[in-house]
Amino acid sequence: MASEDKERLAHQEENILEVSHLKKYFPIKGGFFGGETGSVKAVDDVSFQIRRGTTMGLVGESGCGKSTTGRTILRLIEKTAGTVLFNGTDVNGMDKKQLRQLRTKMQIIFQDPYSSLSPRLPIGEIIGEAVRQHNLVSKEQYNDYITQVMLDCGLQEYHKDRYPHEFSGGQRQRICIARALALKPEFIVCDEPVSALDVSIQAQIINLLKELQEKRNLTYLFISHDLSVVEHISDAIGVMYLGGLVETGSTEDIFGNPLHPYTKALFSAIPMPDPDIKINRTILEGDIPSPANPPKGCKFHTRCRECMAVCKEQAPEAKDMGNGHVVRCHLYDK
Amino acid sequence: MMAGKKKNANYISAKESREISRKNRKITREMEQKRNRKNIPESEYVTKMKNSDNCVEFDNVHTYFFTDIGTVKSVNGVSFDVPQGKTVGIVGESGCGKSVTSLSLLQLVQRPSGQTVEGEIRFNTGDKVYNVVNAPTEVMQKLRGNYMSMIFQEPMTSLNPVFRIGDQVDEVIGLHNAEMSKEQVKARTIEMLDMVGIANKEGVYQMYPHELSGGMRQRIMIAMALACSPRLIVADEPTTALDVTIQAQVLDLLRSLKDKINSSIMLITHDLGVVAEMADYVVVMYAGRVVEKGTAKEIFKDPRHPYTIGLMNSKPVVGKHIDKLYSIPGSVPNPVDMPDYCYFKDRCEMCVEGCEGEYPRAYQVSPTHVVSCYRCKEGGAQDGK
Repeated sequence: MASEDKERLAHQEENILEVSHLKKYFPIKGGFFGGETGSVKAVDDVSFQIRRGTTMGLVGESGCGKSTTGRTILRLIEKTAGTVLFNGTDVNGMDKKQLRQLRTKMQIIFQDPYSSLSPRLPIGEIIGEAVRQHNLVSKEQYNDYITQVMLDCGLQEYHKDRYPHEFSGGQRQRICIARALALKPEFIVCDEPVSALDVSIQAQIINLLKELQEKRNLTYLFISHDLSVVEHISDAIGVMYLGGLVETGSTEDIFGNPLHPYTKALFSAIPMPDPDIKINRTILEGDIPSPANPPKGCKFHTRCRECMAVCKEQAPEAKDMGNGHVVRCHLYDK
Repeated sequence: MMAGKKKNANYISAKESREISRKNRKITREMEQKRNRKNIPESEYVTKMKNSDNCVEFDNVHTYFFTDIGTVKSVNGVSFDVPQGKTVGIVGESGCGKSVTSLSLLQLVQRPSGQTVEGEIRFNTGDKVYNVVNAPTEVMQKLRGNYMSMIFQEPMTSLNPVFRIGDQVDEVIGLHNAEMSKEQVKARTIEMLDMVGIANKEGVYQMYPHELSGGMRQRIMIAMALACSPRLIVADEPTTALDVTIQAQVLDLLRSLKDKINSSIMLITHDLGVVAEMADYVVVMYAGRVVEKGTAKEIFKDPRHPYTIGLMNSKPVVGKHIDKLYSIPGSVPNPVDMPDYCYFKDRCEMCVEGCEGEYPRAYQVSPTHVVSCYRCKEGGAQDGK
């Protein structure tokens, strides 16, 4: 009995998701015969773990590969290399049948609630379609179940027969969340779920996500470029730049003690809603380089203020600075 | 009960709709005829400023859209000033009328359905003061670009994809400076590109918009807006589509350019952080009305209107830990069918006696700080104008 409890406890403590050396290259076609002339390294050697019941935030500029990482984990895009372990099993090794079962466990909420809902389906059908497909509940319970999910997400029962165009942005995002939750998932990728919404609606959706997490012990991968939102919702944070993670760690460590020059620059760029604070800003020069032709050595060296000779030659290794705070920068080579 | 009530508010029959559109046509035709008269005397649109230090004065502006489901009062009695050389931030949620306010100033509201029906917008060009609401199109064409210009939100959709960057900036400069030769125009364009911090200016001159990143495109937009050194720059969410690092670059650029040519900026945004950083004065709008205005310090340190307070609390702030974000309950009232009491009352958690009465007038908290809320009536605050 006691050993069983221990096992269950250990199971709860374990990582729900382990991503190691994940790579995704998109081929560039060109030339006379339409052959491959190169590749866009959208995700280049990304490794991280997420503990059950926690939220991992993924931040970075647009085009740094945050969304591709999220989608590759769900196998919405096939990876190029690396492994994704979900509850200890390799997602990429699954056959069709297993993958179908996995879909109920892993869900995604998209950024744009205006284009991610079918305009021709009523809300009840949008939320319930997958539930029926996967036979999650019996026919008798089906209606009550959908109603319950809708109520949990702050929708009313009479919304069932309405169509997406009758709803505002915030309401639609609630529908997207309800659609994901109806399958009783364990893990949800939230791909910029609040970026398209107004400030006051943002707060509602963030609160809803947090509340649902507590109630259902959900695990989130929260992708966003809004740092204040990520800080609010995440337990751990990964900072991405040009396809690679430059720094990972707990939220307190990353925000309290950012180590990588890119993280520092990113944080100093956040505008603070207080006119008295005049921060000494380190403004990054230039744009993010093309991922099809990333710079040699450390990818950040073209925009880095503390660039050294070694940065141009060698890519930095991951170094653990204690407490799981991992940074990739030559500044911390001792 | 809810469903039944809602249905009535949102549903109108075809007959009613025809009735409304017939009335609308009558109103808009009259207004268009008045606007399209030939040789409008100058006395109709040249006025005087209340305070000659101001660049723009909005005075009780009403801009309505006459739609087939009813009249949408997008801007419903907005008054505020933009002093010369200062930055005024306009904050509010989408649909609160902040963009329409700025479009009314440039007379870019989609006519004939959109009309500024009441009020004055006085614009100070330095030697003359124009009331742009009554100004005929030819006068507006001279004002736009030369004296006031606009930076739009979406740099991708505001640049023409089939023309080179150089041609598009050239066009602006050429139109407003007819005496310049082609070479001079090109030299000026390249100078502008240099000013907004584009390193490869000769190369970018030859490029098409799709070859540039979002931040670069926004720089081009800024270069176009500043091409004629306007007295007023209207920036409509200039950084919303950009990343934080690029946003910091663009804001920094705007600030330094503003100092260089001593112009005023009207900054429209929903990001309170951007406003706090850039603005000297802040105007908070809700459902087509100004609910609170004051200096940036007054608004951020001592917000009085429940909506402003709610807006501040609903945004997570880096370094401040809270378990649950505050969220303003309910949603914005139907724009066609606005209540006759305070528009915010149904969502307000700080209602006091008198809130059921007519829409609260502006109460003055300090010489610069004005709030439209009954809560500010007491406490020795005297009535505003």
